[in-house]
Amino acid sequence: MPSPDSAVRVADLVVKLGHRAVLDGLSLEAKAGDLTAVLGPNGAGKTTLIRCCTDLIRTASGTVTVLGMSVGSRLLAGRIGLMPQSAGSWSGIKTVELLRYLAGLYANPLPVPALIERLGLSDCAKTQYRRLSGGQQQAVNLAGALVGRPELVFLDEPTAGMDPHARRATWLLLRELRANGVTMLLTTHAMDEAEALADQVFIVDHGRVTISGTVRQLTKSGGTLETVFLSHTSARAAS
Amino acid sequence: MTALDLSPRPAPAPAAKRIVRHGLIEARLLIRNSEQLLLALVIPLAILVAGRFADVAIANSSIASLDLLGPSVLALAVWSSAFTSIAITTAFERRHGVLERLATTPLGKPGLLTGKALAVIVIILGQLMILSCAALGLGWRPEFTVLSALLGVLIVILATATFVCLALLLAGRLRAESVLGLANLIYVILLVGGGLIIPVARYPAALQPVIEALPTAALGEGLRATAHGNLLGWPVLVLLAWLVAAGLAAWKGFRWTS
Repeated sequence: MPSPDSAVRVADLVVKLGHRAVLDGLSLEAKAGDLTAVLGPNGAGKTTLIRCCTDLIRTASGTVTVLGMSVGSRLLAGRIGLMPQSAGSWSGIKTVELLRYLAGLYANPLPVPALIERLGLSDCAKTQYRRLSGGQQQAVNLAGALVGRPELVFLDEPTAGMDPHARRATWLLLRELRANGVTMLLTTHAMDEAEALADQVFIVDHGRVTISGTVRQLTKSGGTLETVFLSHTSARAAS
Repeated sequence: MTALDLSPRPAPAPAAKRIVRHGLIEARLLIRNSEQLLLALVIPLAILVAGRFADVAIANSSIASLDLLGPSVLALAVWSSAFTSIAITTAFERRHGVLERLATTPLGKPGLLTGKALAVIVIILGQLMILSCAALGLGWRPEFTVLSALLGVLIVILATATFVCLALLLAGRLRAESVLGLANLIYVILLVGGGLIIPVARYPAALQPVIEALPTAALGEGLRATAHGNLLGWPVLVLLAWLVAAGLAAWKGFRWTS
């Protein structure tokens, strides 16, 4: 049984792509109100994990519970926000048009002009998505995940492609969200991001968790989070 | 800077509002896309005008070419929007993570598909109105009866649903670039050889049974017959069979992520 304060609970999850196990008995628990970071090399299964939690792919075995319910439950509608790793937007749509459309799917959305201003998108509000810089596209994706005021947000490499200023601004926003009671589960390659933000870190390799704990617990023997990451993951490059 | 209240207040908008909103945004994006507009209107209009003024000999000697071209061009419009446009746009939506994002919003998978259907209906209604007006302006004089018009509407609905299922099957399995090439290729092949524009009777006798079994021929022949006030049953049966097969295949084979 998931503990009452568990927002996401994954147990012995197996996902196969053909004969290859992308997730191979992965288990983790993200507590409500926490920011949980999932670290892992390319192909470790981080994106697949998020897709399982959002009911986008079929699992071979194992269980996934989100906000106390099985994934796919209609009662979860609107309670979850997702920032996918890929664009997550039509290429020909304007920033403000996309966010207004997404806001219209919710009963109590964030005010779009204020959200645009908060994410530094005012100058490109009427720019088509395909004409935005990589960092601006990431900011729009993040805005799309937050506009419905979700209680749980999945963020797949949220700051990839952002310049240092934008990264710091995003970190500030994520901290503010946590302070407001929003639970977050993010994947990242960036050790400094996990160190700066995460309440709990899970390091994943070959589709399973190899080590987990707070940053302090993981680095108590004197190493950095990066040395812990390197010693608990392989150099295998996968898709 | 305006302060944002970031505390969670999740609640979905009413289902009807979500679906209408999605249908309208998809329709707007489709209309804005010049390549889709070429398929949806420019090519059918060009065929209509060329057929009218060049008096293309695709008709029986007893029937003026516009009598056949009018309904044929309407069939082509349905084919281009419900199959080619939907296959290409959905494939890129899948590649760009649009489906991934929207499936986790209150719209959900059923709402997304319903909204997409609404967008197709809006586009096709617009196409049929514009092309019908153009054909009437060029001299097309259809002979619909009440019954044949109702049958024509049923055939258009069945064909639209069938083509959308086939488009989703293609878009949900292949890479976006492959879908772009393949959907356009299939569009051209069936435009010429699928009984859409050219009546089945004009093809070599050996090929006619094969062409009659195609959903494009069922749509083309069905609309040509109903436009002359005739009631043809076999197109409905062919389309129903295709709809069941394509619907099951799309349901089983569609992938939301790339």
